[in-house]
Amino acid sequence: MTDANAPAACAALAAEGLSDAPLRLRNLCKRYGGALVVDGIDLELAPGRCHGLLGPNGAGKTTTLRLALGLVGADAGTVELLGHPMPAAAAQARRKVGVVPQVDSLDPDFTVRENLLTYGRYFGLSGREIDARVPELLEFAGLAGKADAPVQTLSGGMKRRLTLARALVNDPDLIFLDEPTTGLDPQARHLIWQGLRRLIARGKTLLLTTHFMDEAERLCDVISVIDHGRVIARGSPRELIIGHIEPHVVEVFGDALAEWKVCAAGLCRRCEQAGETLFCYTDSPERVVAALESRPGLRYLHRPANLEDVFLKLTGRDLRD
Amino acid sequence: MIEFAWYPVWRRNFLVWKKLAGPSLLGNLADPLLYMLGLGYGLGRLLPEVEGVPYLNFLAAGMLAYSVMNSASFETLYSAFSRMHVQKTWDAILNTPLTLKDVVLGELFWATSKSLLSGVAILLVIAALGLYADIRLLLALLPVALLTGFCFAGLGLAINAVSPNYDFFMYYFTLAITPMVLLGGVFYPPSALPDWLGGIAAWLPLTHAVELARPLVLGRVPEDIALHVLALLAYGAVGYAAALALTRRRLLK
Repeated sequence: MTDANAPAACAALAAEGLSDAPLRLRNLCKRYGGALVVDGIDLELAPGRCHGLLGPNGAGKTTTLRLALGLVGADAGTVELLGHPMPAAAAQARRKVGVVPQVDSLDPDFTVRENLLTYGRYFGLSGREIDARVPELLEFAGLAGKADAPVQTLSGGMKRRLTLARALVNDPDLIFLDEPTTGLDPQARHLIWQGLRRLIARGKTLLLTTHFMDEAERLCDVISVIDHGRVIARGSPRELIIGHIEPHVVEVFGDALAEWKVCAAGLCRRCEQAGETLFCYTDSPERVVAALESRPGLRYLHRPANLEDVFLKLTGRDLRD
Repeated sequence: MIEFAWYPVWRRNFLVWKKLAGPSLLGNLADPLLYMLGLGYGLGRLLPEVEGVPYLNFLAAGMLAYSVMNSASFETLYSAFSRMHVQKTWDAILNTPLTLKDVVLGELFWATSKSLLSGVAILLVIAALGLYADIRLLLALLPVALLTGFCFAGLGLAINAVSPNYDFFMYYFTLAITPMVLLGGVFYPPSALPDWLGGIAAWLPLTHAVELARPLVLGRVPEDIALHVLALLAYGAVGYAAALALTRRRLLK
């Protein structure tokens, strides 16, 4: 390809999508009973990046992952996983895919090493091939020296890291992570994040679902916000914040909130009350803060807008079950 | 490779079993052995010969079929249910290149293997106590145990596929297993039953297993071999097919 043709080629590529996308979902639909759980999702992963799927409970995240893996068939639309049509070529495609499921599924009767060995055999790997990989996998998961520990003696964080190591036993190109840090303490979450960053640095493609906005903000290059089975926003964390929300938030709480609410409406672009707290979204926080200083009955917290603000604006504050 | 895709699933279960082989083998042996000694000597003392042999000799074949059935049923119900529903082992496997068919086949063959082992344990007891007439016919009990194990593994997996919890298995044990134990010719000849009940009993899979096993222990070639073999194969195959379809509906909907 000559330089003169490059722009045209790039334009064509952009129009047709990435030719080497590890995962491509087109107009994907899935219905359970009467409800459309996935309602026309389009998704194309850029190789070597971390992609996030964000959405409230029941938004269709896990169903989307199951469709992508070929575990269930779509009612409409197409799935292409590592170049293979799904679910027709599911077994073949999954040879180079790793999965960290939401629910712990380690073998409780086995040691750490036996878990890796048994799981690797499901990929058709020989005992010798897996044994050769075990030290590296354990080092990666921060479980060096734990090879012969029974799984039942591991902490929650260690089990999660072993699940991550297990997902790497077949040296996958694409890794699905369904809420990888749910239920972990901050130390354990940071260890998982370090591991995921190392995977991204090695050129792996990640597709991550999470409820934690800080997790998505730290790890993801591209985020798709999903609600009611549709992608309602997409972009990098920064793009989403700039594109969807005012740059500053002042959270106000205290006895005099009712009076303040009237006043705030004139000072801020947007206000939202959640319980005892009023969230004031604004471009010019100085005026808001100055006004608050003169009201002793109120306390406040001024902070930059973050992904959680975007998420709540897009999906609402109502509880989902 | 493709044909043996179920093998890693079988091997996983084998590795877990190996860790607990001692208690497992003891269970295989102790339960039927106690039945044989207790009923064989205790009840046997009160009975004249049954079908021309001491009661203990008569009971031996029934115990073999009963033991194989029990072993396959417990493995495909309680143990397989733990793997499928509690430990999510099947879900983990389904994320790999293996398919649901590989998982269910692996479980089917595993439960068959394990129940064959309990058949072998009873066979050794029969041999040790000298309860047989012809050692060559005795060896023919091995394929009978294999078939019986396959049959009840298939049926058990089908029940497993529709079970919401462990308690559900009581229906199967109460409504299927117990009637088979009491009507299938384990403890007495089926000819002792009234015609209408005998007619029903003749359809039970355990009856077919006993009809094959008993003559072999007593030194005769069984009658209607093809019928009994086909019946056991058919029950097992239908069970397996139902298990596959129902588990697919359960896990991959």
